[in-house]
Amino acid sequence: MIEFLNSIQNSLIYKNFFLVLSGLDNTILLLLISLPLGFVLALLFALGRVSKIAILSRTIASYIFVIRGTPLLVQIYLIYFGLGSVKLIRESFLWYALKEPFWCGVIALTINTVAYGAEIFRGGIQSIEKSQVESGLSLGFGKFLLLRKIILPIAIRKVLPSYGNELILMVKATSLVSLTTYMEMTGIARKIMAKTFAPVEAFIAAGILYLFLNFLMVQFVKYLEWKYNPHLRLNN
Amino acid sequence: MFKFDKLVFGDAGWGDEFLIATLMTLLVSILSMGLGLFLAIITVWAKIIQNRITRFIANFYTTVIRGVPELLVIYLIFFGGNAVVMSIAKVFGYNKYIELNALTIATIAIAVISATYSSEVLRASYLAISKGQIEAARALGMNKFSIFFKVISPQVIRNALPGIGNVWQITLKDTSLISVTGLVEIMRQSRISSNVEHSPLTFLITAAILYLCLTTISGRVFKTLEVNYSKGFST
Repeated sequence: MIEFLNSIQNSLIYKNFFLVLSGLDNTILLLLISLPLGFVLALLFALGRVSKIAILSRTIASYIFVIRGTPLLVQIYLIYFGLGSVKLIRESFLWYALKEPFWCGVIALTINTVAYGAEIFRGGIQSIEKSQVESGLSLGFGKFLLLRKIILPIAIRKVLPSYGNELILMVKATSLVSLTTYMEMTGIARKIMAKTFAPVEAFIAAGILYLFLNFLMVQFVKYLEWKYNPHLRLNN
Repeated sequence: MFKFDKLVFGDAGWGDEFLIATLMTLLVSILSMGLGLFLAIITVWAKIIQNRITRFIANFYTTVIRGVPELLVIYLIFFGGNAVVMSIAKVFGYNKYIELNALTIATIAIAVISATYSSEVLRASYLAISKGQIEAARALGMNKFSIFFKVISPQVIRNALPGIGNVWQITLKDTSLISVTGLVEIMRQSRISSNVEHSPLTFLITAAILYLCLTTISGRVFKTLEVNYSKGFST
C-alpha cells in the first residue's frame, strides 16, 4: 500500500499537477476581471443594439460582426503585438496597461466576450412578449423602471443557459493568453513539457484542472438557473 | 502604420504568401470538418444505440474535449501524437521512427474538437425526427439501410444545417490555433511576415480581414444551402 502511494507521489502527473496548480490563480484572475466587466458591457451593448438610434445600433452591429468573424487569437495578438508596435500608443498612458501580457489578455477577453454576450442578451431582450412591456407601461412605469424591473430580469434569466455556454468558452479561452508569455495553467504546462519532454503528462494535468474549473462553472450556472427560474424547477 | 506596399504580390510583398496561407486555412478547415462529421456520426451512433459502454465512451469523449481548452487538445495531439502512433506501430511490429506531418496532425486535432460540437448538433436533429416517420417507413417494408438513407438522412441534414454552419464557423476560427504547430496558415503567415518586416499591425489586420472574409463568405454559402434544403418545407 505504502509502495503504491509512493509510486503515485513520484509519478510525473502528480508532480505536474501541483506545478500547474500554481498557475490556477493567474487563470482565475483573468476571469475575475474580464467576466464581470464583460457581463456589464454586454448588457449595455445589447441595449444599444436594440435601441432606435440607428447609428448606435449599427456601430454595435458591425463591432459584433467583426469580433465574431475573427479568431480570438488574432484579437489577442493584435492587442499584444499590434498595438505595442504603434509609437503613439507606446508613448501614451495606455502603454502602462498594454505592456503587460496580463492586461492585454484581460482587454482581449473582455472585447471578445462582450460581442458574444451582447448578441445573446439581444436575443433575450427581443424575445420578451410585448404584453409584458405593455402591462408595465399601463402601470405607469418609466423607461428606466421598465428596464430594471421587467425587461432585464426576464431577458437575463431566459438566456442563462446560452450565457453559461459563453462563460465556459471564456474559461477555455484564457488558455490562449499563454501565447503572450503570460504564465497561466497552459503556459506552465508548456514550460513543464519543454523541461521534461513528457507532453502527455503535463497536458493531462492541466486538462484535469480545466475540467474541474468548467465543472464549477457549470454548477454555478445551474444554481443561477435554479434560483432565477423558479417556475421551471422540476421537483419542488 | 499600415504598410499597404508590403502586401503586393511577388517578391516585394507578402500577397502571394498570404493567398497560399488562406488556401491552407481553407484546406485544413474543410478536411477537419469532414473528418469531424465522420467522427460525429460515429459518436451519435454510439450514443443512440442502447448500449451502456459505447454511450459512456461517447459521453466521456464529448465532455472531456468540450471541457478542455482547444489549445491544450492541439498541444496534446501535436506533442503526444507521434508517441501514440509509434506505440501503435510497435504492436504491429514496426519499430522505426514515424513522424506525422503538420497537416495531418492539424487536421486530426481540429477534427477531434469539431466532432464534439457536430455530434451535439447531429444528435439534436436526429432526435427531432418524429418516430412516426420511421414507423411509416417500416410499415412500407423498407429495410434498415434504405430507412437510414432515404428517410433519416435527408431530414437530419435539413435539421442540422444551421447548426453545422455554426460549427463550421467555430472550426474555421479554431484553425488559427494550429499556428502553434508550425503549419503555415493565415495566423502563422502573419507572425512570420511581421517578424521579418517589423510591422505586426499590418499583417495582423490583414489576417483579421482574411478571416472575416472567409467567415462571411462561408456564412452566405450555408444560407444558400439552407434555403435549398428546405424547399417544399415552407413554414
